[in-house]
Order: sequence, then structure tokens, then C-alpha cells
Amino acid sequence: MTDIEDELSRLIAPGRVHRRLYTDPAIFDMEMQRIFDAAWIYVGHESQIRNPGDYFATQMGRKPVVLVRDNDGTVRVIHNQCAHRGALVVATDKGNAPEFTCCYHGWTYHLDGRLKAVPLNHGYPQGFDPKDPKLAMVQAPRVKSYRGFVFASGKSDGPSLEEWLGHMTTSLDDMIDRAPEGEIEAAGGVFKHAYDGNWKVYFENLCDAAHPLFTHRSSIEAAQQQSDDVHSDGTGEIAIRQMRQNGAPYSFWESQVGIWTYPNGHSYLGDYHDDSKLVAALKDPVFRDYIAALEKNKGKAETKRILEVRRWNSNIYPNVSLMSQFQQLRVVHPIAVNRTVVHTYSFRLKGAPEQMFRNTISFANIVNGTGSLVLTDDLEIYNRLDMGMSSEGAEWLQIGRGYRSDVPDTHGGRRGKNSTSEVYIRNMLDAWLGLMTDRQAAPARAAS
Amino acid sequence: MAKGRKSKAKTAARVRRPLPAPRPRTTRGPAVTLDQGSCERFLLHEARLLDEARFDDWLALFTPEGWYWVPSEPDQNNPHDTVSLIYDDRRLLETRVRRLASPRIYSQEPRSRTSRIVGNVSIEDSGSDACTVRSKFVMIEYRRESQRLFAGTAFHRLVSADGGIRIASKRVDLVNCDAPLDGIVVPF
Repeated sequence: MTDIEDELSRLIAPGRVHRRLYTDPAIFDMEMQRIFDAAWIYVGHESQIRNPGDYFATQMGRKPVVLVRDNDGTVRVIHNQCAHRGALVVATDKGNAPEFTCCYHGWTYHLDGRLKAVPLNHGYPQGFDPKDPKLAMVQAPRVKSYRGFVFASGKSDGPSLEEWLGHMTTSLDDMIDRAPEGEIEAAGGVFKHAYDGNWKVYFENLCDAAHPLFTHRSSIEAAQQQSDDVHSDGTGEIAIRQMRQNGAPYSFWESQVGIWTYPNGHSYLGDYHDDSKLVAALKDPVFRDYIAALEKNKGKAETKRILEVRRWNSNIYPNVSLMSQFQQLRVVHPIAVNRTVVHTYSFRLKGAPEQMFRNTISFANIVNGTGSLVLTDDLEIYNRLDMGMSSEGAEWLQIGRGYRSDVPDTHGGRRGKNSTSEVYIRNMLDAWLGLMTDRQAAPARAAS
Repeated sequence: MAKGRKSKAKTAARVRRPLPAPRPRTTRGPAVTLDQGSCERFLLHEARLLDEARFDDWLALFTPEGWYWVPSEPDQNNPHDTVSLIYDDRRLLETRVRRLASPRIYSQEPRSRTSRIVGNVSIEDSGSDACTVRSKFVMIEYRRESQRLFAGTAFHRLVSADGGIRIASKRVDLVNCDAPLDGIVVPF
């Protein structure tokens, strides 16, 4: 082990983590190399690039890439850089193009990134070969789609995507299984919300069952006090119901909700919803047509199985989280050690009533909206974490809740005795250490 | 945990905050003529209420079925098929305004201060008791040692009611609506 790896190892201890993990720019730079250039990173969904030539410009870590469908239908992820002088080639977020042309000197690329044409190519020295694979918009070494969810890795070796995802494929399956026609599409736009804080604290909040009652009390109380007699077109009703759900008492979180974690840093929080307008399984009239469509296409037993899968956030380490039950997906983009942008997407279930998609949009506004009455308090927390950790206060942050009561679970997992265990943070930090020190089987430090 | 329980009990016991009294349907005075002058004065009044954080008074400007919308995309068609930075029907707008008054709204601790300029007011279409007014705005938001600048176009659907002017709908198109944005708490 190198000195630096040894040093990193000493920043994570049973039930606690050193604040340097969230504030040290040198550690952030290492994360970009050892995590975001190496692990399987979620890039986009195939429905965003339905036809040949469709592209979607995004980032892997801080590196601009293009997700594109090749002429033969293959999904590619290519680095968004011209091989000539290094300029960004694709400058629009999304679109369709027969080829990519750099605006500097006109170097042109095939959709798979191979160099196609170079103006004035007689002027280069002998040995200049436009077919040289290095003279390309270079492809990510590995690109793999799991049922439409496209991941890429900057490393040509390592675990396969399925091995990396492990049991979390069931959350991706749940996203798709809920569509009566077995197909989903990204739709309804995107939120890009930003905060002055480290990327890891976002993930560490998504399954935090102990914070809503406190952090979100302003919106919980405002929603509890709201008269239901006031006019709503349906949007406000869904938002207010969601805010009231956040007000579930601690006893509920500790008795009825669970937290599950799996190898490689993944986790999900069991569902805490008992609101019939929000949960299809509870058979509100809104869902009658939907359930009928599911039963028609999948049969009663399978429909029952699908609707009984009730997960809140499923976190796939290190950069994507989804709410399969509510057709939401969040992608975390680290910008700097103290700056993060999160893109959130909604999905349409093919074959479901259109009103359900509209409800999904209302739900997205309150759960992921930049102007949400709920999310804005989370963003404030992330900002305060960064400001607080910049102090000379307690060096070691406490992540030990549930430490002694976590139990092993199936699929190599480990779960909290109840949902307020911080087991999912410890689990992520163990995965973090494994990636940062490039050890496949890093001995668990934080979790056990 | 004990603290949380205690505060929850306090919440449950707290008397429901009275809603702004519904405006009586009866006309209190002669109907206001919706012309350039009255609409402009109304928009300046609205901007002042927001700058002075008089959000209850701002809410009272809306009709009982009024809505408030800040799209997430330029030229967004509607608030139902695409997400919005804010889309509040009357019920959610009331909840938003009630939260703004909460001492526990951590995203407003410390509070923002805002300063807005409203201009380029034009009446886009008008009938006898309703019109659509287009205006430009620039808003500075100061909070926690930093300033943010917002700019955009507002579309107010104004109606003449109760001897005054009411907002049936307000759409705010930010020039940077599709940019990565830090949280938005104070309405535009």
C-alpha cells in the first residue's frame, strides 16, 4: 500500500469518518481519477438517444462526454474533445447529427468517434494517419446498457456492469416493470439543482430517515396546516400529501421502514408511504386503469408482485439514485470539492394512463424541484455541511447510528435494524476506500 | 430525538393558522379599468410587496383559483407535462407562503433580501375585465454574503375584481431557467 493509500485508510474508522474526505481538494482530485474515471458511471438512458445520430452531451465526473447512437444502432460514449487542438466538439446539450464537426478547423468524426475527414490533411508530417485510433473522439473503454440504463467505465478491466450492480439490478428492473408495456422513456424535462458542498453528502442524505422530521419541518407544518378545501388542479394536492408524509414520526421510521445495503456502496431505503394518492398498491381510483393495464399485460400475480415492491431511494454508487416507485432518477455531477450539480429526470411508463405521468411531474416538482418547498432545505443542509466542516471543530464525523445493531442480509447485503441506521453511509465509505485504494476486496472499516 | 418529539407535539397542538380571508364577491367600489397606467401601478405594487417580504399580502393579490408558474425550459408549453422550477396552484401557493413565514425555514436562515426593477410593461391582449400584461424584471437576491442576479419576462393575467386588480395567473420566464441553479425560495 502506498503512503497516500495508507493515509486515506486512516480517515475512515468504525462508525466515524474524518471531515477531510469532504473538504480536501487533493482527495477530490483523486476521487475524480480513482472513482469517476474507473467505476461504472451512469451516463444516460437509451430513450434519450432513440434514433441513429441522436446524441446527449453530459459528463463523466468532470469530463465532457457524448452519449450517442451509432448508425448501426450501437450505443457509444465518446469523449467530447477534438483530437486536433483539443476543443469541445459537441456544444449543444442534445440533438441529432449525421457526424460531429469541430468548429475550429473542421475535423469531422463518425458517430462512433472515428476521425472521418481532415481539411488540409496534406500539410501534416509523414506518418499522420487519420485512421489512427488515437486521432478520434476517443470512446470510453467500456460501455454497457442494463435494460436501457447506460453506464460507462474509464477502465478496460474490472467487474462487469452486472457484477458491479449486483442486487441493485432489481431496482432498475422495478423502474421498468412498472410500465404496462414494459418500456419507459425519459420525459418531462430536467432539473439541475446546485449547492456549495461535496458530492458525497448528497448520497449520504438520500437514505437518511432521521432528517425529514427536523430539516423539513417548515414544509411539513405548512402542509399540515393547509386547508384541503382550497382550489387545486391536482398539483398542489400531490405536493402537500408528500410534505405531510415527510412528517411521519420517528416511531414510524424506527418500526416500519428499513434500510438495505449491498456490496460496492449501493443501498436502498424501504418505502415509508401510506398515502393512497401516491402509492399505486393502495388502489386509489387514479390507479384503477393503470392496474388494469398492468394486469392485462402481465397477469394478476406479476402485477401484485410489482406493486408490492416499495422502495424509496435506491442509490447506485457512485453517481445515480432512483425512485423506481415514482419514476425519478438523479445523477450527481461533482464540480469541485465544494460544488455539486445534480440533474434529475422523470420517466414515462409506456401504457400507463397519461394522468399518471402528470402526477409524476407534480411529484418531481416537490421532490426534486429547484424551487421545491422541501428540496431547498436539503440544499441548505449541504451548504451548511461544507461551511461547518471548514471550521476547526470536531475532526471526526459520527456515522455510527445503528452500528451495533446492523445485521447481515441476503445477496451479500447488510441492513439496519431499522431505517434510521447510518449503515448505508458506512457501506458507501467502505466502497469509497476500496476504489480509492484500488482494492477489490477492501477490508470493511466503517461498516463492521 | 426527545427534542423532535417535543416539537412535534407542539406542532399538533398549534392552532391552524387562519387562511387569508376569501375576498367577498360583492364589489366594494367601481371596477378598476385595466389600462396601461393601472396595470403598471399594480405590478410595481406587487414588486414592492415581494421586496418587503409581505408574502401574505402578495398571496392576497391572487384570485381563489390563481396560479403561479416558473417554467424550467424556455418556451415551455404547459406546467403539466414538463417539470417547473415552481408551479403552484392556489392550494400549494398558500402552503408556500405559509412556509415562508415559518421560523423553521432553514433555507431562509438568514433571510434573503431582494431588490427588483420592473419595466417594459405592455398590455398584450385585453378585454373589458381581464388582460395579459407582459413585463421585464431584474431581481437581485442577497443572502449570506453573496448576491444572485435574476432576470426575465413576466406574464400576468390580470382581472378586475372586488374593486381592484387580481392575478389570475403569473408566469415568470427566467433567462437562465435551464441553468444549474442553487435553491429558489423567494418568489419572483
